[in-house]
Amino acid sequence: MFRLTKKLTAAFSKTAQSKTNNKVQSVLILVQEQRYSSTGQPGKFSVKHEDVGRPLYFDAQATTPMDPRVLDAMLPYLVSYHGNPHSRTHAYGWESETAVEKAREQVADLIGADPKEIVFTSGATESNNISVKGVARFYAPRKKHVVTTQIEHKCVLDSCRALEGEGFKITYLPVKQNGIIDLQDLERALTPETSLVSIMTVNNEIGVKQPIADIGALCKSKKIFFHTDAAQAVGKMPLDVNKMNIDLMSISGHKLYGPKGVGALYIRRRPRVRVEPIQSGGGQERGMRSGTVPTPLAVGLGAACELAKHEMAYDHAWMETLSQRFLDKIYSKLTHVIRNGDPEHSYHGCINLSFAYVEGESLLMALKDIALSSGSACTSASLEPSYVLRAIGTDEDLAHSSIRFGLSRFTTIEEVDYTAEKTIRHVERLREMSPLWEMVQEGVDIKTIQWSQH
Amino acid sequence: MASSPSRRSILTLYKNLIRESEKFPNYNFRAYALRKVRDSFRTNQKLTDKKERITQYNLGVDNLDVIRRQIIVGNLYKSEKLVIENLRKN
Repeated sequence: MFRLTKKLTAAFSKTAQSKTNNKVQSVLILVQEQRYSSTGQPGKFSVKHEDVGRPLYFDAQATTPMDPRVLDAMLPYLVSYHGNPHSRTHAYGWESETAVEKAREQVADLIGADPKEIVFTSGATESNNISVKGVARFYAPRKKHVVTTQIEHKCVLDSCRALEGEGFKITYLPVKQNGIIDLQDLERALTPETSLVSIMTVNNEIGVKQPIADIGALCKSKKIFFHTDAAQAVGKMPLDVNKMNIDLMSISGHKLYGPKGVGALYIRRRPRVRVEPIQSGGGQERGMRSGTVPTPLAVGLGAACELAKHEMAYDHAWMETLSQRFLDKIYSKLTHVIRNGDPEHSYHGCINLSFAYVEGESLLMALKDIALSSGSACTSASLEPSYVLRAIGTDEDLAHSSIRFGLSRFTTIEEVDYTAEKTIRHVERLREMSPLWEMVQEGVDIKTIQWSQH
Repeated sequence: MASSPSRRSILTLYKNLIRESEKFPNYNFRAYALRKVRDSFRTNQKLTDKKERITQYNLGVDNLDVIRRQIIVGNLYKSEKLVIENLRKN
């Protein structure tokens, strides 16, 4: 507006200097007109954000906030005790080593493992890389086949892709409509050549739980190593590496209210699983992951694991309350809402919904007050529908309209109510202006329409 | 062996925990702390084992210190208020 008036004054001054009164009047009128148009009533379809403040966090699958109790355990090692846990010659090293070993015990305790079987890494991505590439490469002379699923996390799929380039054979198992693999499919895929099966415990996009114990038993009977990416599951559901026959397990710190940049890998010692290390160096972590263990981060991961062990039942009950409340609210007000993934065999804190006839991106834009994602954070920059949804056979249009609601320990009932209410309001608003929705209301089956090609 | 905490000391601990939890600058942490303190005391009320009662009491005492320290840290790096907090004031 200011720029406009400035230009106008310049233009006026060019014409006649004498007509000062006239000039001032015209400018005033113009300014007033500007003001009128900017204060116009918001239209029916405008997205006006009357609420101010930071958005609510509903993306717990991307990362969780760090628990204050975890930070409290870490702070001494960030402030006072800076020693290298691998220094064996002085007290600084010893105190750090003690802390790291305690953390190792805490991690092991959560999954029923021996502390010696835990290797600290930089996160689940690194753990997955070491497992998939490490095992496959080590046993490559005799076995050159790896089995995984189509809905694995990108880092497992990309590791497999890299192995394919090295001449390995990879089987990408399909999943059923509910997102769960067919055990018979898995059994058929296993050959004497197979060295590793890698299947995630809980999917990061649709929250589906795989039958890990059954897969573990099957792999054990065929003497094939079983790796599971449990980044989304550890601390949220009971896991026992021995009862479930898991040989390798990836754990991530920041998905269980711990610090970012740290993870762990469980590698079975009896029978021994051997991996070819990816990183060369000082031979820390039994040579499987060279590089100094970050003491504060390891302590944080340990504290988070211990907390998770104590709080598991309590958190689980809370997730159940919240997700039930949220779904009840949504289903009571909206029709044509599809839950992606099996509603029974899934983690309560991950709710992936498709709102038919609403474009997911528009809904995300409208729900600015809530931090949400349409799927994995790794692929949230692209507008392509998620490969996980494609794998479970979701239609292209529904895959485009999916939104993931991630609940955490720190989510409140108030937040759930606010989110549900906002979602309902915006889905209704977006549907109201959608010609497709209008046609559906009139009883036209969208799928039968032949769209003309241009 | 230490004796079981008295009713009065348990009540004091409860009051202190609630009072301190309310000071968390972060909305989510505050809500969680309050919920957790209330629920824990409710379930632990039924504890009959003396040893377990002492353990839980000591856990509460330790957590009170954690909460006090974390409130200081939280206040050092405060963030903007959440949408929902601003709503309630109006």
